[in-house]
Amino acid sequence: MKKEDLPQDASALVGVTREVCYVKGSDGKYTSDLSTGWDVKKQALDNAWDDIKERVAEAAAQVKNGEISPIFYFMEVKLMDITLLSGYTGFWKWTIKRHFKPSVFKNLSDTKLATYAKAFDISVEELKNFHG
Amino acid sequence: MDNKLILPYNHIQTAHCENGVATGLLRHHGLEFMTEPLMFGLGSGIFYIHIPFLMVNGGPAVSYRSMPGWIFSRASKLLGIKVNRRKFSSEKEAYDYLNKQIQLGNPVGCQVGVYNLPYFPAEYRFHFNAHNLVVYGKENGNYLVSDPVMETVTTLTEEDMLKVRFAKGPLAPKGHVYYPENVKQVSKEHLQKSIYKAIHRSAFDMLNIPGPIAGVDGINYTARQIRKWREKLGPRKAGLYMGQIVRMQEEIGTGGGGFRFLYAAFLEQASDITGNQKLLTLSDEFTKAGDLWRASAINMGRIFKGRLNEQKDFLESADMLDNIAAIERAAFKELRKIKM
Repeated sequence: MKKEDLPQDASALVGVTREVCYVKGSDGKYTSDLSTGWDVKKQALDNAWDDIKERVAEAAAQVKNGEISPIFYFMEVKLMDITLLSGYTGFWKWTIKRHFKPSVFKNLSDTKLATYAKAFDISVEELKNFHG
Repeated sequence: MDNKLILPYNHIQTAHCENGVATGLLRHHGLEFMTEPLMFGLGSGIFYIHIPFLMVNGGPAVSYRSMPGWIFSRASKLLGIKVNRRKFSSEKEAYDYLNKQIQLGNPVGCQVGVYNLPYFPAEYRFHFNAHNLVVYGKENGNYLVSDPVMETVTTLTEEDMLKVRFAKGPLAPKGHVYYPENVKQVSKEHLQKSIYKAIHRSAFDMLNIPGPIAGVDGINYTARQIRKWREKLGPRKAGLYMGQIVRMQEEIGTGGGGFRFLYAAFLEQASDITGNQKLLTLSDEFTKAGDLWRASAINMGRIFKGRLNEQKDFLESADMLDNIAAIERAAFKELRKIKM
């Protein structure tokens, strides 16, 4: 890539930082230059976030219909999966899957709820009172 | 600890965080000649792997570089430098150890998760745990941080620092702190030798790892998968998968073109240091590969931009990857043969 071809498109980096890219200068030698972003990868990142938003909305609807517990919803909000949530809470994966059931969630102890709330960086009230 | 302790560390901005920390720390210890491309090349950072069945953020797990941590380890080993590494099970111990290193006047590298890194743009804060930064002091209870992907230095509160050092999940940092020890000046001859060794190692990684998923073969593997994705996953999900490949290839940290431009820059410097003209010619091959990776990203971009796509678009993308694989295979075969 030539230095003059380095894209300078608007992206999430604007106002925070620019990124270093390696480009060929006019003397044919490599040099590094700063870029504000590139539309192609901005689109890729935007698509990934659209997908996340859709999954969160779907999870909220499932909570509303009583199909799944708020733990699943907040897991999606915080971009986690069961493995990651298991890492943050110390619960086994199969335990977490059980806690996804609204009937089981209803009877969870305050200590367990507090563990989840801490992992999600929210209050126990927020976790308990999310109804979709 | 005093209210203010600033160690004389020079912030450098680099494309990739691990290269940046390693380069910055070695320069701090007197190896002024170190540059990001040289570190990347000496650490045999260039790679390709497509791990089947493993999903990252709901997409395919592809990587254009070697394992996190390997670049610094491999380069140091070649240069005869020891990297002192510590991980912790206790947050308290990890906290005390970092403070002690600063008090001893030793700027250190820290492995962190980016999800809770407050100075990162929100759009980039995924649960990625192999980010690296340098801590070079403390002021008013905040750590002074040189993050190589940032244009300027920044700070982290004690609380945030513990959070990012103890992020959980795959590649959990466990408070990982590291710094080089016994850094001695490197003779020109030693450096030249190291460059050849590192190049041969990269050629081995790209050509000789058994199985279809690693090295140049891995690029062909991805191409084969791409041909099947649309039918198997449907147009929408297949498009998202393509987006994931583009992100792994071009996102902040790669220097563009899936690290290929960075490797081309290394070969150019390597040719300067060794006087071997052949390396300069091969540098052009990696520039070509990098340009083709960029062209492939644009092509994939057309697929995931609209949600309308056709099988022929996927076939075209796959063919482009096969073409890149052929170019890289030929270039690494030349590199494998290269002699002092």
